[in-house]
Amino acid sequence: MFDLDKWQEIFETIKKNKLRTILTGFSVAWGIFMLIILLGSGYGLENGVRKEFEGDAVNYLSINGGVTSKAYKGMKPGRYIQFKNEDHNILAGLNNVDKSSSRTRLWRISTINYKNQYGTFDVFAISPDYKYVEDLDMIHGRFLNENDQEETRKVAALGRLVYEELFKDDENAIDKYINIGGVPFKVIGVFNDPGSDRDLQRIYIPTSTGQRVFGMGERVNSVQLMLGDATVEQSYQTSEEIRSAMSDKFKFDPTDQRAIYIYNSIEDYQRFMDLFASIRIFIWFIGIGTIIAGIVGVSNIMMIVVKERTKEIGVRKALGATPWSIVSLILQESIMITAFAGYVGLVLGVGLLELISGSFQGDSYFANPEININVALGATLILVIAGALAGFVPAQKAASVKPVVALRDE
Amino acid sequence: MISLKNINKSYSIGSNKLHVLKGINLGIEKGELVSIMGSSGSGKSTMLNILGMLDNYDMGEYYLDGKLIQNLSEKKAALYRNEMLGFVFQSFNLISFKNAMENVALPLYYQKVSRKKRNILAMEYLDKMGLKEWAMHMPNELSGGQKQRLAIARALIAQPKVILADEPTGALDTATSYEVMKILKEINDDGITIILVTHESDIAAMTNRIIRLKDGVIEKNIYNGDLQEFRSQNLLNENEIKKIHETLV
Repeated sequence: MFDLDKWQEIFETIKKNKLRTILTGFSVAWGIFMLIILLGSGYGLENGVRKEFEGDAVNYLSINGGVTSKAYKGMKPGRYIQFKNEDHNILAGLNNVDKSSSRTRLWRISTINYKNQYGTFDVFAISPDYKYVEDLDMIHGRFLNENDQEETRKVAALGRLVYEELFKDDENAIDKYINIGGVPFKVIGVFNDPGSDRDLQRIYIPTSTGQRVFGMGERVNSVQLMLGDATVEQSYQTSEEIRSAMSDKFKFDPTDQRAIYIYNSIEDYQRFMDLFASIRIFIWFIGIGTIIAGIVGVSNIMMIVVKERTKEIGVRKALGATPWSIVSLILQESIMITAFAGYVGLVLGVGLLELISGSFQGDSYFANPEININVALGATLILVIAGALAGFVPAQKAASVKPVVALRDE
Repeated sequence: MISLKNINKSYSIGSNKLHVLKGINLGIEKGELVSIMGSSGSGKSTMLNILGMLDNYDMGEYYLDGKLIQNLSEKKAALYRNEMLGFVFQSFNLISFKNAMENVALPLYYQKVSRKKRNILAMEYLDKMGLKEWAMHMPNELSGGQKQRLAIARALIAQPKVILADEPTGALDTATSYEVMKILKEINDDGITIILVTHESDIAAMTNRIIRLKDGVIEKNIYNGDLQEFRSQNLLNENEIKKIHETLV
């Protein structure tokens, strides 16, 4: 199988036909290089945008009250729609709803402090399942739970940045008391969130506690509904149900887009996924085009090579070369050049991606441009096989030519 | 060694058929030095190509060393060529990117002889041809005569039974031609059958038998004894030959 002599023969041929080898190699290396850069950039773009979604669930609807803009059943436009706990309960009972939560921002809380450390943070009163909406990870302790909610406990979960600002020198925060608007709250946990830093400058307290301590009655700002693994269509359906349920209760025109606002993360996510699907198709289209260009380049050169070597082939045949030995000689040479050049293109492409990757740190819509190594190897393999096939046809033809014809060819 | 029976060969050029060989009957014994002559288009090169299994024939029978050479597979033909035949061409047909030694060693590569062994053998044959110092030179650094001697060394290395030479002196000047013929004669003295195609009478006159082709048939078969007359007509006299040989040495 491994014929050292044949390889020596091939290396000698390559060594003595440098230009031809370089040209073939270049077209292959270039094709692979471009493909890697394209795929890697596409993936980087996708990674960057995907990072924006990270840290939030992608299957929830968030409903905010608004201001009516249409007259309805004898009522003037311009009414504020304010949700209460009971609305949360109504919405939680709709079809497709898996989990639900409410969220209320506490305004007019100026400072939060732990001993001598002061800071200004966003404080939200939330129901325990809000954890799933933000997709939080606990670093220390636990998140708010149903008992905290029912017993109206004065407990708080802190974002990582809040913790870092209030508790110096990695002090353990659990069971310590912080002041929120002058009211002491016991810290029960510290959470992290892969999303943006804003989400980590928050303090969460139970809805019931927030409403009672800060005198908000039954009011909530927004309600989040998790839809499990609902499709986009199902989410639209739930949106309609929300609209009609709320319009019944608050008596606004169901077609009034300003009465309530529904943010649909499923739709949003789907839109980006569709966009990426298109980008991916586009990139593959160009990539395949590049590969084809490479293949055509290799075929061209192989055809010239065989043409150029017709006489040599004739001589070899006259000296006792079998057709297969001729074909395999040319094929092995072609495969070796394409494989080596493909590898060079692969290394250069991946190297450049790594370089780019280093200079795109931080917040941008471009992150970690990487390439699936299987895809890269697959593309190289395809090019090698294509190069071999491209060489095979003319080599086969040349090998089947009668030596006398090959020799006559001047 | 060689026996041709009613060999026919025609080429089709477009819609026309060109009947090149029209029933060739010929026997060549082991150790003969034969020249094939004829005007261009008489079929001499075609005949040599058939003898060399470089081309096939349409009809008849060709025996080489007792083996029927007919409808051979490419592989078998390659094997026979490698084992039994050596080729010398007018245009040398050396491989330009291989040096002299590698060119000579090439037939042994196809016999799967190890690299080391075939290079040693190649050097021996180069030495025989007086080209030892040129072993590492590329063909384009050699003169015509050197190239042809190189080609002869390559033809000899596989120890063939028959050497086929197609106008071996066609691209050489007279002195070099005679030098090459001298070498071929020496090889012939070692018992190797040599068949050469030529259109030069003086070259043909140095062989032991002349086969004259005309329009695809053998017109004349001139044997050794009858050569005297042919020689006196076509060859330089003995003194002149001697002189040429002396200048070569």
